[in-house]
Amino acid sequence: MTATFLILAAITVAGTAAAMGLRNAVHCVLALTVGFAGVAGLYLYLGAQFVGFTQIMVYVGAVAILAVFAIMMTHNPGQPEEPFSRYWVWGAVIAAAVFLTLARAVHLAFEPTSSVLAVPPQAPDITVQQIGDALMRRYVLPLEIIGLLLTAALIGAVIIAMDPRDDASMEDAAE
Amino acid sequence: MTPLEGYLLLSALLFAIGLAGALTRRNAILVLIGIELMLNAANLNFIAFWRYGPHPEAMTGVMFAIFSIAVAAAEAAVGLALILAAYRHLRTTNLDRMNRLKG
Repeated sequence: MTATFLILAAITVAGTAAAMGLRNAVHCVLALTVGFAGVAGLYLYLGAQFVGFTQIMVYVGAVAILAVFAIMMTHNPGQPEEPFSRYWVWGAVIAAAVFLTLARAVHLAFEPTSSVLAVPPQAPDITVQQIGDALMRRYVLPLEIIGLLLTAALIGAVIIAMDPRDDASMEDAAE
Repeated sequence: MTPLEGYLLLSALLFAIGLAGALTRRNAILVLIGIELMLNAANLNFIAFWRYGPHPEAMTGVMFAIFSIAVAAAEAAVGLALILAAYRHLRTTNLDRMNRLKG
């Protein structure tokens, strides 16, 4: 329980809580980038450099930008709407109950201090070369499947988001 | 409190924040972001167990987190495309007003 962990945890929790609690959707996504950066800092602190930088590139760089674009494209300036559901109290109660259940389970699991996990081992030194080696040898089949999934998802996303009227007008222009 | 316990509690809190957002927000994009936060909580657990587990040199947790991030990216792209397509028909991203299946 070091100061670094506490600071990173505070940044993460503050950023994500603001992302889910602010009223303006664009402010929510800006707070979300802070939360994602905090999680990336935790990965770096845990010694998983590659995952930390992947987190920054994928979440801060891609997912948050994509969400900002989606919010701007679906923005209706004329009609300000209540951002929270009518039943938000129930949602908050359910989330709090889930957290208390998980926290109690974690607490009970660490009750005997002689557990094998109670003694932290030396920080493992994992280089990017080792990760690439594992991806190309032991995990090559999952890697190929993920590549196929990403290709299918991106083509599907473009087809779903394409406006059918634009498609027709482009065909007219081609003729 | 051991370091692993701290990470597990933080991850549980992150999951609860994401769940609260997914359950209470009206904007479909922010509900999707809440789901992303829950996925992030799971990833944090993978990395914490890898770091403090008995065999960190096997890199299982790191690999699982990398693949999980890739799947989450695909999910975000398809989810946002679906929200845009729904917005084109209904002119809203308010989930309370998306109450019919026919376009």
